[in-house]
Order: sequence, then C-alpha cells, then structure tokens
Amino acid sequence: MPTYDLVVIGTGPGGYVCAIRAAQLGMKVAVVEKDPTFGGTCLNVGCIPSKGLLYASELFEEAGHKFDKLGIGVSKPKLDLAAMMKFKDEGVEGNVKGVAFLFKKNKIDAYQGIGRIAAPGRVEVKTHDGKTEVLETKNIVIASGSDVARLKGMEIDEKRIVSSTGALVLGQVPEQLLIVGAGVIGLELGSVWRRLGAKVHVIEFLDRILPGMDSEVARQFQRILERQGMTFQLSSKVTAVDSSGAKLKVKVEPAAGGAAATLDADVVLVAIGRVPYVDGLGLKEAGVGLDNRGRVNVDHRYATSVPGIYAIGDAIAGPMLAHKAEDEGIAVAEIIAGHAGHVNYDVIPNVIYTYPEVASVGRTEEELRAAGVTYNVGKFPFTANGRAKANLQTEGFVKILADAKTDRVLGVHIIGADAGNMIAEAAVAMEFGAAAEDIARTCHPHPTFTEAVKEAALAVDKRAIHM
Amino acid sequence: MTEIRVPTLGESVTEATIGRWFKKPGDEIKVDEPLVELETDKVTIEVPAPTAGVLTGIAAKDGETVAVGALLGEIKPGTGTPAAATPAKASPQPPKPAAPAPAAPAAAPSPTKTPPADAPLAPSVQRLATESGIDASTVPGSGKDGRVIKGDMLAAIERAAAQPMPVAQPAAAVQVRAPSPADDAAREERVRMTRLRQTIARRLKDAQNTAAMLTTFNEVDMTHVMGLRSQYKDLFEKKHGVKLGFMGFFVRACVQALKEIPAVNGEIDGTDVIYKNYYHIGVAVGTEKGLVVPVVRDCDRKSLAEIEKEIADFGRRARDGALKLEEMQGGTFTISNGGVYGSLMSTPILNAPQSGILGMHKIQERPMVIAGKIEPRPMMYLALSYDHRLVDGREAVTFLVRVKEVLEDPARLVLDL
Repeated sequence: MPTYDLVVIGTGPGGYVCAIRAAQLGMKVAVVEKDPTFGGTCLNVGCIPSKGLLYASELFEEAGHKFDKLGIGVSKPKLDLAAMMKFKDEGVEGNVKGVAFLFKKNKIDAYQGIGRIAAPGRVEVKTHDGKTEVLETKNIVIASGSDVARLKGMEIDEKRIVSSTGALVLGQVPEQLLIVGAGVIGLELGSVWRRLGAKVHVIEFLDRILPGMDSEVARQFQRILERQGMTFQLSSKVTAVDSSGAKLKVKVEPAAGGAAATLDADVVLVAIGRVPYVDGLGLKEAGVGLDNRGRVNVDHRYATSVPGIYAIGDAIAGPMLAHKAEDEGIAVAEIIAGHAGHVNYDVIPNVIYTYPEVASVGRTEEELRAAGVTYNVGKFPFTANGRAKANLQTEGFVKILADAKTDRVLGVHIIGADAGNMIAEAAVAMEFGAAAEDIARTCHPHPTFTEAVKEAALAVDKRAIHM
Repeated sequence: MTEIRVPTLGESVTEATIGRWFKKPGDEIKVDEPLVELETDKVTIEVPAPTAGVLTGIAAKDGETVAVGALLGEIKPGTGTPAAATPAKASPQPPKPAAPAPAAPAAAPSPTKTPPADAPLAPSVQRLATESGIDASTVPGSGKDGRVIKGDMLAAIERAAAQPMPVAQPAAAVQVRAPSPADDAAREERVRMTRLRQTIARRLKDAQNTAAMLTTFNEVDMTHVMGLRSQYKDLFEKKHGVKLGFMGFFVRACVQALKEIPAVNGEIDGTDVIYKNYYHIGVAVGTEKGLVVPVVRDCDRKSLAEIEKEIADFGRRARDGALKLEEMQGGTFTISNGGVYGSLMSTPILNAPQSGILGMHKIQERPMVIAGKIEPRPMMYLALSYDHRLVDGREAVTFLVRVKEVLEDPARLVLDL
C-alpha cells in the first residue's frame, strides 16, 4: 500500500498548488483527480476557457465595430465558432498539460479516480476502470472545489438549459440567450455570446447586479453593459422553463411575487452561483463536520474537526475564487510542514473579465458605512486619463476608499479596460498597509491606465492633477 | 537575539543622550549588569542588561541622541566567541507581537517578524518624519512585519503634540555667534552645554515666553522662627534625627497660603485652569551641574519633621546625582532659596507650568521700628513670582502676606490660622 505524507483530493488551483508547495517542502505527496484532466473547474470549465472566449469575442467585436474608428478598414468579420472553440480548447489543453508536467517535476503521484476518505489517514481511490486503490497518508487536504448551484424546476441538460460548463461549448450562437443570475459568471458569458451575436437578457433576483460588489461600481457597470446591448430584469425570478417547444418558454415572476410573464429563449444559462462539492468524499463517515451551508468547517489552520484532515478552497467558507484557493493551498502545505502559513482575507482581489473589466480589493463603501468607518473617497475617471483617451477606452473609473484619520487604503474599485491587472498594485499596497498618499507618491509610468490609480489616490486628498 | 532598547524615562522625557557604553561589542554580559549610561533632561540612568549573553552590536554610539524605545544594541544568548563587532543597524521598531500565526501540528518555529533593516520607509512616512522631526525608527509599526505605516506616524505626531516638550528641540548651541577677534578667540573656551544645562536654559526661557510673569515683594521678621529653632533644635534633632531648619516652616507656611489662594497652586491648560487640591512643593537645590528641583509630595499631610527629613535626603542625593526622575516631577509650587548664597533680593523665574514660585533670601539684621522704637530684627525679603494670567495682584499679595504672618507667628501653623 503506497504511503504518503500528504494526499490532496482535487487538482484545481487549490489542490495542485497545495501539492506542489508540499512537495517543495519535502513531503511525499499524492493527488487524486476524478476528471480525466488536471486543473479542476478553473482550468477545464471555468476561468481559463471563459477567458479564451472573452478574448476572442472581444477582438471579434472590435474588428466589427471599432477598427473603422481607428482607421483600419476590414470587411465585416465572419464568425467561425468551431474554430474559436478549438482555439479555446487549445488554451485549456496547454494549461492542464502544464499541471501534469508540474506534478511530474515535483515527483507528485497522481491518481485518477474518485477519492474517498475511508478513515483518517486513509484515502480510497476508485479508478475509472473499476479498480480500488488505498493510499495511506499522514495528512489529507480536501480540495474538492465546488459545483454549479441548481434551481428547482430547471433541469440542466447542458444543451439548451446550461450551466457555465455548457455555455462554454455551445454549438451555435443562440438567437436569444436568457441568463439567470447577474453575477460574475453570468455577465462574463453573457458578454461572450452577445458579442458573437446573441440577444442577451439577464434576470436577477436582487435589485442590483453583482451583489457584494461596490454598488456605485455595479450601477455604472450595468449602464455600460446596457449600452452594449445587454438587457436586465432585476428583482425577478425564474420559476419554470418549458422546453417542449422549439423555443424555451421561461416563466418569470417579480421576486416579491406577482403576475408571471413568459419569455422566449433559445438557451437559458443558470448562473446563480456555486455550491461546495463534497459529495462522496466520505466526510460524514470520517466525522468531518460541515457548516449549515454544506461547507467543510475548518479552523484558522484549515484543520477540520478530524485531526490530520484539512480543507481549502471552494469547499470551505470564503469567496469562491481560484487565487483564494491557491493561497490557502500554499498556507495549508506550510502549516502541515510546521511553518506559519497565512492568508490575508482582507486583501483578496476580485475581477470580472468583461469589457470593460471590473476589479476590486478590500472593502466596499456599503461595508465601510455598515461598519461605521469614516473614510475619504478618491475617484478618477478614465475619460481624464491620457492613455485611455488615446485608445478610445475611456469607460469607467478608479475609486479609492481610505480611512479618514489614518489615510490607510481600505478598498479599491476599478471599472476600466485593464482593471484586472491594475488591481494587483492596489493589493500590494494594501498588503503593506499603504496610505492613499503612498500610492500618490509612487511614480507611475506615463502614459498608462495605472496613472488613474495614482490620480484617484491624489483625489483622496482632493488634489488630483488631471481633473 | 535580545534587543536592548531605551526604557521609558518618565513623563515628558522623550529622548536621551548616550553618556557612555560600559561594554563593547563582543563583551560577555551578565544579566542586570549596567550596559550603558543615558543622560536625560533630568537624570542620568544606567540601562541594565535584560539577559545574559554577548553584546553583539551597538546601534547608538556615545553622544548620540536616542528616543524612548529606540534600539541601543543587541545581546546574543550564550558565551564565548567574540562576535563580529558589526554595529547592529537600528531596526525601525520593536517586533510586532507574533500574529495569531497558525501553529503547526509539530512544534512550529514561530519566527518573530521584523522588517528588513534596509526596508525603505513608505513615502507618506518619510514625509511625515521630515515634517514633524519625529524619527520613524522610534515609532512602533503596525504594518506588515511591523513596518511603520502612515497611521502610526500620525498617531506618534499626535502623541508628541500632546506632550509639553516637543521631541525635536532646537539645540541652544546652534545659535549663530559673531566671531570673536582672533586675539580674544584664543583666550576663549568652548564647552558643550550638558543636557541638564540645556534643559534648564530652555525651560526657563519657555516659562518667560509663556507666562505673564511678575514679582511681588514683602519682608518677614524671622525673630520668632529663629527663637523656636534655637529653643528646640537639640530636642528636635534627637527625636527626629534631622536638623530643624527653616525650610520646613516655609513649606508649611506656603501650603497654608496656597489653600487660601488656590490660583497660585493652579496651572493653565489651553483655555482651562486646573486647580490642584494637593500640595507637591518643589524645593530648588543647587548642585555642581546645575539646579534641580526635587518635589516633596503631599506637604499638607506631612509633619514638619517629615518635610525636613525629606528635604535633607533630597539635598544629599542631589549632590550625589542620585535623584530619581519621578522625584522631580509633579510639583505644584516651588520654593527657591537664594539666601544660602547670600542673595538679598531676587525675582525667581517660574517652574513651568506652575503658577507661583517663592524666593527666600538672606536673613540680615536690619533696624526695624517696633512700637515706636528702633530695634535690630533678623529680616528676610520674600519674593513671589507669579503668572498674572491666572493669579490676580490681590491674590499674589495676599498670599505673600499670609506667608509672612505665619512665619512671624508660628503659632498660626498649629492653630491653622
């Protein structure tokens, strides 16, 4: 029976990073993956393929609508969806192969099959050809991730009623795409298909899009998306989908209750969130406790209620983000090795990869108000940024929230063409407890979008230069 | 590695000068052994070794000025090998209390984090350090690995502003002086002012600049006090083990008068007046190095003998330089006796932030007219300098008259009149 220092269940960004870090620290490590390829949701059916489609569809839209403004004459671009999907799949393949290579490089044994904790210190792997292998291990990390949250009355067939997974592999552009849920996934995939020609209608239960994000950002982002042609129906819920006809008949009611309306759609994307995926892991039998939302209960060391069993990533509480899972993977590996691993949950950036992008780190204005923190706001629009003007990419703004007394940066919110890259600067600053003044006094390259971050930091002290 | 830091030096003392290191890098050190002498505005103290070991680095050399909490040096545990005497670089602040770092299942090394010694200051911290004069390396940091962040600096500036003495003090010695003619210059001697002298200079000038100071005079016939003294001095000394002097009488007389005129015992704080219902009387004592003012606390609750004993003890220890810092703090009123040097008349300067100071002078026989006849009487001029901002002229004069009355008729002390 093979014995290990650590067996990681799941090879998503939490699991594979954890395994590599543990191997670096000298542990004998194995991973267990139920899918044929490594990388979990993120690499296979999440972040990576969606970014491929977002990139390709953005260029498609620019070729169709922006090139002429820049003096580039092209005939109307033709969509070859099959080729675009192939391009996307190649991106995925490159990434998942990369993980396999990293496992080899770090001498990590990879078992393909369904893992189950038979007992503390013992993981059973049922391989796809029906065999069962038992791994003996000192420590187990549950990194099993999450699955799509489902809605009652809507059976996801991944053809016409799809989750994000199905929405990444549609065989043709739907004429009408109806999206349930105005969160990150719905708006990203909605953007992809709208750019490729779908009429996209978004239904959201709450009275705003992007719940949890800064509401000023959400409001402005909604206006931008509406200008692009997306339509929104807030405070509404989908109660049933009739798939008997050629068109889907979607029953929509006001969230508060009331008369139902029926909308036509070719494809319905259910994007109401994700739930921890811990079924079949044998947690109950092993005695691993879950919280009331089905997440594995862990302490600050990621230890579950059973000694020697740890959990990270989407399977535990916190934002379901790949980079959060990665940092936890590193922390838990270090903790198991006897070091002092730590994740700063106050500084976890969040990005929506639409055009323009939306990115944030730290607290929102609503959170600060609720916490009774007095703060100053520094805001700078990209319409006043030289590079943005030169590129015709002037949508959005940078908003910095800083403590009124100490000037410490408490939150940064960006809508803009390159917001996802720009937010990293804010995260570093916040990690070091920077004051808005520190960002303002740091030389930023000209001409770049990042100058808007500096100007917003100046604006905290009401001394922006270009406004 | 144990850090040696400047200890808390007492109220309103924010920095010290390194007097002298008793040890050099590489020396073996026993616990509590004196390592370095610090001169402060008020006293000289010795910093003992917090642990045994080897002194591995000295961060502040003789003559350097250091703030409270600053790194002085480091001790490595163990003995033997004279360490490479690389001077320990002043690491900006004390280590952050170990974060609730997840302890490992096995015995986890929990490293105490300090920022790298060469970590630059954040731009905002640099600016505030330059503008405020506060050395950022003396400010406790709350940022990553104990780095000083802007909020820490702002808090330090607020603290410094709340203190009567700013951290950055213009050194008296840097005033520009016209050069002397070469002939004279050769016969001049330039001596650096001691910290004590600098402090005295600054505080006296501060008092003059702040208070609306003026002096009222009176004179006291010492016949009765002297009579009492000569009558009881042997008995007193036998019983209490201390000589019966005049100071005790003066202290008691002042307390009596302060009770009647509380403004003289008060202090101005911004737009408020603080009246103090306790009587801590400072007694100025001249020493070789300069004037120090130890404080006899709660004089209203002490017997004359107790006061005399304390003053005698202060005098002895002031000459030996053994007064403790806290013994020179918190006074509400001061008595200065220039008479011991023969002064007949003077106008003392307030001991800020106090509002009154009594000047005693030489006792001299002078012809006085008593009941129509001229008699020689042992007379002393009294001076009360006071802060006219809160003490009225009537009050000042009444105060001095009351002191005079009590001293001319000591029975009033007994009868509380």
